[in-house]
Amino acid sequence: MGHPWIPNSVESVRREMLEVIGVGSVDDLYSDIPESLRLKPEEWDKLPIGFGRILSEPEIARHMEELFSKIESYRSPAPFMGGGVWPHHVPEAVKYVVSRGEFLTAYTPYQAEISQGLMQALFEYQSLVAELLEMEVVNGSMYDWSSALGEALLMAIRVNGRRKFLVPETMNPRHRRVAETYTWPHDGRLVSVKVDRRTGLLDLNDLESKVDGETAAVYIEYPAYTGVIEENAALIGDIAHRKGAIYIMGVEPISMAILKPPGSLGADIAVGEGQPLGLGLNYGGPCLGILAVKWDGELVKQMPGRIIGLTSTVDGVERAFAMILQTREQHIRRAKATSNITTNEALMAAAAAVYLSLLGRNGLVELAKHIWYKSHYAAKRLSSIEGIEAPLLEGEFIMDFTLRLPLEAERFRSFLKSRKIMAGIPLGGLAWFTSRDLLLTVTEVHSRNDIDRLVEVTGEAVRGV
Amino acid sequence: MEGYRQAVWREPVILELGLEGRGGFKIPELEREIVDSVGEFKLPESVSRREPPGLPSLSEVEVVRHFTRLSQMSYGVDLGPVPLGSCTMKYNPKIALKYAFDDRLSSLHPLQDQDTVQGLLELLYRLEQWLKAITGMDYCSVHPAAGAQGELAGALIIRKYHELRGNLGVKREIIVPDSAHGTNPATGSMAGFKVVEVPTGEDGNIDIEALKAAVGEETAGFMITNPSTLGLFEERILDVVEIIHGVDGLVYYDGANLNGIMGRARPGDAGVDILHLNLHKTFSAPHGGGGPGAGPVCVKDRVVTGSVRLRDLVPGFRIVYEESTGKYRLEGPGQHSVGLLRAWIGNVSQLVWAYVYIAVMGAKGLRESGEISVLNTNYFLAKVKRETTMYTVPYGGDRFRKHEAVVSAEKLRDETGVTAEDVAKGLLDSGFYAPTIYFPLIVKEALMVEFTESETKESIDAYVNRLKAIEEIALKDPGEPKKWPLNTSVGRIDYVKANHPKTVTPTWRVKVLRDKGLLGPLR
Repeated sequence: MGHPWIPNSVESVRREMLEVIGVGSVDDLYSDIPESLRLKPEEWDKLPIGFGRILSEPEIARHMEELFSKIESYRSPAPFMGGGVWPHHVPEAVKYVVSRGEFLTAYTPYQAEISQGLMQALFEYQSLVAELLEMEVVNGSMYDWSSALGEALLMAIRVNGRRKFLVPETMNPRHRRVAETYTWPHDGRLVSVKVDRRTGLLDLNDLESKVDGETAAVYIEYPAYTGVIEENAALIGDIAHRKGAIYIMGVEPISMAILKPPGSLGADIAVGEGQPLGLGLNYGGPCLGILAVKWDGELVKQMPGRIIGLTSTVDGVERAFAMILQTREQHIRRAKATSNITTNEALMAAAAAVYLSLLGRNGLVELAKHIWYKSHYAAKRLSSIEGIEAPLLEGEFIMDFTLRLPLEAERFRSFLKSRKIMAGIPLGGLAWFTSRDLLLTVTEVHSRNDIDRLVEVTGEAVRGV
Repeated sequence: MEGYRQAVWREPVILELGLEGRGGFKIPELEREIVDSVGEFKLPESVSRREPPGLPSLSEVEVVRHFTRLSQMSYGVDLGPVPLGSCTMKYNPKIALKYAFDDRLSSLHPLQDQDTVQGLLELLYRLEQWLKAITGMDYCSVHPAAGAQGELAGALIIRKYHELRGNLGVKREIIVPDSAHGTNPATGSMAGFKVVEVPTGEDGNIDIEALKAAVGEETAGFMITNPSTLGLFEERILDVVEIIHGVDGLVYYDGANLNGIMGRARPGDAGVDILHLNLHKTFSAPHGGGGPGAGPVCVKDRVVTGSVRLRDLVPGFRIVYEESTGKYRLEGPGQHSVGLLRAWIGNVSQLVWAYVYIAVMGAKGLRESGEISVLNTNYFLAKVKRETTMYTVPYGGDRFRKHEAVVSAEKLRDETGVTAEDVAKGLLDSGFYAPTIYFPLIVKEALMVEFTESETKESIDAYVNRLKAIEEIALKDPGEPKKWPLNTSVGRIDYVKANHPKTVTPTWRVKVLRDKGLLGPLR
């Protein structure tokens, strides 16, 4: 029998095809590979790849179940952890749409006429995010928040020719590492701006003293890695613009439902993580990098990645969608392209479009408020435990918040894990945080019981000191 | 496929749909105790959103219908052949879908204790070992999110290599063949290098004399795709590697076309130093309409300087197996690593997909995949040569192809005015996806066809028959093909309007603001 995934592996078909080609065996088709490089089939077949033979479906299923039995997923309660990807409920309708073969097994829509549905879904992703951010141009996606940030910084270099980037000292340390990797070949320099230890807000005096004619961009997170909502977001933009620097805001999209959007705060570029919009955690990937700019030709010209646009058919009769502004991209511009990005996170963008459509204007606001309430409830209850400061930072927050424990954060985490709770990201090593500081996350997936249980076990951990 | 008609739904943009008050997802009710405990909802005035975002209000029914209709105006491997050259559009096995989209996986947080994800780390570790064996390399990392990011990883490793050796001031150039994918030169620039292109000879191999002339002290590295985008094996690969190594340059191998040699030769054996793979091409993970991908990067165990080796430069997290404890753990990027390219380990669900595929296939199954993909290509080419008159085969016309073949519609265009684009639209009309067109740039009116091992002989025959029918129509009535496609959800698209500063519409917001007179041309 032929292989289920290789229809022409049937011997008679193979022979017939070889005859048409005019060769005696498949070996002949490889005759231009230098002899010293050619592997004999029996040599190749002995390589340690797979399990030494072709597996049947029941066999691979058994093997995968065995591997998955060595995974402990925390669902009740879900991890009280964010830090760049957050636990949220993924509606079944989202999973259903992205499992459809017409989307899942499609390529990049190079042939527009047969790919209109896919392109419309991606255009809708761009459009829904544009509403959320109140920014006019959104691309079809980047890999994740961090790489979107890396590319946004490179955009700034291309626009104003400067090399210095001002970032908050408490910024997501993984995002910072990625931004450094992206800007390193272009002599980019990330410089930390102080963050107030009491409020968690950016120190505006320190910002003023550091922003200068060398500054390519000022970047803030909104909400910050610490969960704190930067109240001075508009002022920071003014300070950046006065020195001719580009203002980049990094956002978590669900909280945008209740926060003033970057477009109304003076942001030139917004980046962010679309994972909360119906993607699941997946141990950190795939994610969904959001990248948006305001209506400014200079910025749009420097954008990386694909953009889908609304147009019409040549006869002007029907609405149609197409990949637009492609002269920025690698397949046309080659070495002069704005980026090398090709494959992006299209399916995840489609998922986000479904998610945003399901929740809608009122649902998303309700969800953001729900999360605000639950995270405040958790912080308040935790603060009633003696020895705990929660939230550690006084600035208004949503979803994530910091706390200071009377014991080492790592020890605290182990104790909770022994009680089947996965909670918190230790903050030691970041800016002025200590090894007793923790970043905690609460979303709609955590019920009141889950939170009360977290508080109860935290009490035990603290009393056990 | 006779009688193909794609759905035509004339579906409004989602922002035009809905009715205030509807919703598609019920938010869990907030417990009274929580509200009582926290008190009134409030945010600082300066950051409080005044109006809810301009999203639509729709029920779940409407949302599911809308997107299902959109899916019917889309086309993937599950519907028919997608023989896009250099894209390796294989069938995406459903057993892999089951595990890649498993709830047990999607609920894992990347910072949860590594004790709790041993099964996943084991899977990823084993995947890296398999990729090593497949490519003949010494160390692989599953970190990069896509092929282009794998390339970036490679180019940054080249940069770091020369920096650590104190030569970065001199090593300013990356060389790429003119047949390379656009990502290669774009990657070179992104990694801060000057990009130099070398031409392809008549036989389809790199022009070795031109390469020798281009290579010098300033050569930091060379990016090669083998088989090339012409589907041809680079016969002088060993000479190329020697020339580059002769000036202390590193050879980077673009694994996009690995299917063409899989099971028969390994890039690592040819002496390449760094490569990336596209798991969403060669290893059956789906393309998802453009992503997500997964682009692991692999290196040889080569000395950089002192005790630093090439593997120490690789970005991302290292999966370590400790024999004493039988446990797997992750290590952050070390001091010589180029760093991180994305925040977390990799595109895990795509990695799981590729793992299932390789586990099922084993060495023998992968070899058979490679062989049948090559068989399919050459069968297709033999049929085109024999049964059509208007399609020619430039560059090494008598050589066997590997995973893909490039035919030119130049003669057809010259004699009838019908172009590669018209041919592509004619294929769409009969329910096939078109080939990659106008690439590689060195072939005029290029049609770049890659069937992969997933296509049946019957599909290939039907494809050739359609090409034949198109040339017959073109010869008889050259105006006809200009009207194609007729059977897709829309006809040909206005790209001038799509891109003009006065009409370019990247979001619905732009349309609405422009219609209200609130938005000028894009400048």
